[in-house]
Amino acid sequence: MRTDLLHMTINELRKMMPWIEDYFSAFAIDSVQFGNKKLEELGSILGEDYFIEMESSSFAFIDGFFLFIEQARALQQGNGFTVESLTVLPGRNKNEEKEAFSVELKKGEVTAIVGPTGSGKSRLLADIESLAQDDTPTGRKILVNGRAPDDEERFSTEGRFIAQLSQNMNFVMDLSVEEFLTLHAESRMVDEISHVVQKIYDTANILAGEPFSRETPVTELSGGQSRALMIADTALLSPASVVLIDEIENAGVDKVRSLELLVSNNKIVLISTHDPLLALSADQRLVIQNGGISKLLRTTLDEKKYLKSLEKIDRKLTHLRNQLRRGEEIDISDFPVQLNL
Amino acid sequence: MRLVTVAGPPSSGKTSIIIKTIEELRQKSFSIGVVKFDCLSAQDEELYSAHNIPIKTGLSRGLCPDHFFVSNIEEALRWAKERNFDFLITESAGLCNRCSPHIKNVLAICVIDNLSGVNTPKKIGPMLKLADIVIITKGDIVSQAEREVFAYRVRQVNPRGMIIQINGVTGQGSFYLAKLMEKTSIIETLQGATLRFTMPGALCSYCLGERKIGDDKQIGVSKLVNFRGEEQAKGEE
Repeated sequence: MRTDLLHMTINELRKMMPWIEDYFSAFAIDSVQFGNKKLEELGSILGEDYFIEMESSSFAFIDGFFLFIEQARALQQGNGFTVESLTVLPGRNKNEEKEAFSVELKKGEVTAIVGPTGSGKSRLLADIESLAQDDTPTGRKILVNGRAPDDEERFSTEGRFIAQLSQNMNFVMDLSVEEFLTLHAESRMVDEISHVVQKIYDTANILAGEPFSRETPVTELSGGQSRALMIADTALLSPASVVLIDEIENAGVDKVRSLELLVSNNKIVLISTHDPLLALSADQRLVIQNGGISKLLRTTLDEKKYLKSLEKIDRKLTHLRNQLRRGEEIDISDFPVQLNL
Repeated sequence: MRLVTVAGPPSSGKTSIIIKTIEELRQKSFSIGVVKFDCLSAQDEELYSAHNIPIKTGLSRGLCPDHFFVSNIEEALRWAKERNFDFLITESAGLCNRCSPHIKNVLAICVIDNLSGVNTPKKIGPMLKLADIVIITKGDIVSQAEREVFAYRVRQVNPRGMIIQINGVTGQGSFYLAKLMEKTSIIETLQGATLRFTMPGALCSYCLGERKIGDDKQIGVSKLVNFRGEEQAKGEE
């Protein structure tokens, strides 16, 4: 295959693998200008000095070309790995007492993590994020599809299957929403980029409450809009099959729909929260006390029943918030009546 | 002695990463010394000392910091051998983005952070391109998408290296780096070793202390920017 590619022209290569342009651009090579030249000729056409200026050599350029293709293809095919389940094997709490049971997290399920501030909710998320193997303060072990992952699976950046979302995360790129999504889609090597970008943009706007335009710089989005865009992007474009969420409740996104969106894409979702609506939307909730997992509660039918009225309250509050924002007069005399409490 | 060269732009998290990794290595009873190479001042000495890590600082002051690194590395290694360390880790800032302290057959690490912008990997030279391991930091404060894009951009310029995300604050990921460091081979001396890349040439009147500006003051190796594009280039020919 190597020789075949070497004999091909840059145009032919670009037609076959449009993303290869990224590699040429790293060497400041204009792939249009050299379109009808063969890959193997580039070295002599540009000359060794050119590559030395680029802090490289023509040999390294060609060698890197094949490595890049290899890795890009792996990225494209998404290494074919799906996470069916994660198992949290017992560790210890802050008093060195062993946790009583292990917990299994399954694809398409949402698990809420509840407990007082400082009890260890974030620690549990960190244990899962790093796929702990008795090497974190809690001594927990995390199994993936029933077995312990090796070091490569735990730490290499390619093949990462865990995404994290938290209140502390911000967009830092100097790009508009559209440019940003396009860039991410390109790096994920998806086909039909504009279609994917449109879908994420639409979804984020549904989640956000306050709509935003495609031209808005990502750094100017409000907290809620940023969160909405991150969630939609993670659900629809990230290869991750596990999503860890640390406190999104105050961000003003449509929380329940956000969770539904993530789960409908067959991900394992964990959310650390104090929000009753989020906690009860989950399939189960883990109670953390004093650094350890103390209880696992399945959401009961009764709780699910009350979820409907909770959603009503939440919607009403959102409505009030929007009214305040718009500078309207507020009438809350009908508030309790509407809820039938 | 196992030698590891760590380089990266200022404030990318080199010191934090090194300290966290040393903590991991110490749990396995290794002893580690650090040599920090910098230009004008280095406050990190206190940080290392606070963690009881033996540290020596070399300030290049009036000299090119990377050239300074090469002239001192052998001596640094000797210091580490006298102290019977298992590891010597050198830390240096790639200040002009062009240099690289990486040596052939010596584990080369580049630390770069997610906040530095998606175009940064293209701007950093051999320090990033020729590193064996690229550590990406500050992933906890940017979005998932940006982490993915940034790693992809690093991959573009360094298809060979291994990319690891490490959180310098919590140390998440440093455990693995420590494991990789352990695997690096032992070296006795750097006599005869080769740099992975030629350092940029600097041999002109300004290297020797000239401060005046003007055509007649410039002696030695210099290079002119073509500000007028094609038009001037033709005129000159």
